[in-house]
Amino acid sequence: MIRYVLRRLALAVLTVWLASLGIFLAVHALPGDVATQILGRDATPQAVAAMRTELGLNEPLWQRYGDWLSGALHGDFGTSLVTHQPVADELTLRLRNTLLIAALAIVLGIVLALVCGVVAGLTRDRWPDMLISTLSLAGMSMPEFVIATLLALAFAVAIPIFPAVVTAGPDATVAELLPALWLPACALSVVMAAYIIRMLRTSVIDTMASEFVATARLRGLAPARVVLRHALPSALLPTVNVVAMNIAWLLGGVVVVESVFNYPGLGVLTVDAVHNRDLPVLQAIALLGAATYALLNLAADVVAMLLNPRLRRRAVA
Amino acid sequence: MMTLSGAGRRRWGAVAGVLTGSRSTLIGFVLVGAHLVLALAAPVLAPYSPIVNNGALPIDAPSLAHWAGTDQLGRDVLSRTLYGGRLALTDTALATIGVIIVGTAVGCLAAYWRGWFDEVVMRIVDAVLSVPTILALLVVVTVAGSGTWVLMLAVTTVYAPAVARVVRAAALEVIPLDYVTAARARGERAFAVLSREVLPNILDVVLVETAMRASWVVLLISSLSFLGFGADPPSPDWGLMVAENRSMLAVAPWASLAPIIALATLVIGLNLAADGLAKSLGVDRMRGGVA
Repeated sequence: MIRYVLRRLALAVLTVWLASLGIFLAVHALPGDVATQILGRDATPQAVAAMRTELGLNEPLWQRYGDWLSGALHGDFGTSLVTHQPVADELTLRLRNTLLIAALAIVLGIVLALVCGVVAGLTRDRWPDMLISTLSLAGMSMPEFVIATLLALAFAVAIPIFPAVVTAGPDATVAELLPALWLPACALSVVMAAYIIRMLRTSVIDTMASEFVATARLRGLAPARVVLRHALPSALLPTVNVVAMNIAWLLGGVVVVESVFNYPGLGVLTVDAVHNRDLPVLQAIALLGAATYALLNLAADVVAMLLNPRLRRRAVA
Repeated sequence: MMTLSGAGRRRWGAVAGVLTGSRSTLIGFVLVGAHLVLALAAPVLAPYSPIVNNGALPIDAPSLAHWAGTDQLGRDVLSRTLYGGRLALTDTALATIGVIIVGTAVGCLAAYWRGWFDEVVMRIVDAVLSVPTILALLVVVTVAGSGTWVLMLAVTTVYAPAVARVVRAAALEVIPLDYVTAARARGERAFAVLSREVLPNILDVVLVETAMRASWVVLLISSLSFLGFGADPPSPDWGLMVAENRSMLAVAPWASLAPIIALATLVIGLNLAADGLAKSLGVDRMRGGVA
């Protein structure tokens, strides 16, 4: 089992390394001069030359990649081209803010998905299922910016409980950010839950039709006990991966949702970095995203293995 | 043209039955069809120009003259939404075709050749999939600039790997079968074997992937426009329309509502169609994951 985990870990490291190579090459090896891209077409040759020196573009590509990667491994992502501050400092601050919404969104999303998915699966083709299935299809079919906009319309404009736009800066305290967390987190959790609900519904229907659930029922166990103790654990199993994938998706989702509310997290930082062509910041965020994704996949595989005795035994053999 | 085997033909007959049999699948195809018709007929149906102000008042509520009201520049929201459909459908079709062709070709070749090519391709697929879609797209947009062709290239780069993985898995089930072995033994070339023997028999998987990716491509492209990295003003792009009217949300919700409804109905239609296809062809839709 430990060997299985170690193999998975090695694969995750390989994936992140390849992703870092891809990100670096995408930024530095695509046609077009990066310095000219940053400064605009009518920049003076002197300014372009100065920018090339600042970016270290005069050194060979592989040396630059090596420097960047070894820096990143030590937590040094270079300096922002806009603020001239270390990228890592800005990133840490923004990461905290984004983690606040992400944590709330994950908790809300999983609770929502569990309740709705199980109810829909148990009431297959009757009205609660129809309602939940229709709503989750709608949730899947609307871009995050639409859901966020509709939520803002409902709970910031029509019923003004939450702020429509966040005014606090990136270094605000958690208490200051607290009222601003809810709408972005809700928007993210709706999209996240929509996918999980669809998966869980199918899984619950399959499990409820299986023989061991029928046996538990025939033994005269209370329906709640049959569902919670017998059916749910095995119905959850295929969902673990989907949950992990959705948490990884959150990383992309925050870019859009934070922009709607101007929430000072990683997402807004990303959009600003793209606008300002702040490549060191963008590279760092993309690498962070890849590492998080790989870790989540690893975690999902390990959790799935712990939940499934058959998988556990096969992994040992 | 490729021909279908006997089993394949029977399966396609069943598809027609399911398309008309399931209510939600029918709704899906009707929605997508309606969007196609509206987009094609936009020049005839749209009462005003989508780009120019026609002397109407800005942020005018829906009325008989302007069924969906006017936006902050006095442009007719209905006309803009109708023309926006043409953009959304062309962009989606082009990008989806790129994604499916590249993904299918790479997936088939990886399954056919196996060995080091397969290993390398699959590791690259893992690496691309590990960077969140929007982030990967933004990196490409930052470096290569915006514009339709860059967008198509970017979308292909981020979605083709997922298609390649699914197609590879499907092709791996077909390639060991006797008729493929026979074709290889006859000395046919890789392209001939793949296009004549393998592809027709994984066409169901490719078709479901196409419908599913199309719905994601719509979402992705509109999100990019919303962030300001897709279509440029005064384009009647749906994502851009929502972004432009965001500050007017409280005063003129209609200006955002029309493109939102258009976007949602198109994606719901594509999703229902993909569901229906997957069900009638017996393809597991969740196989590709949600990344």
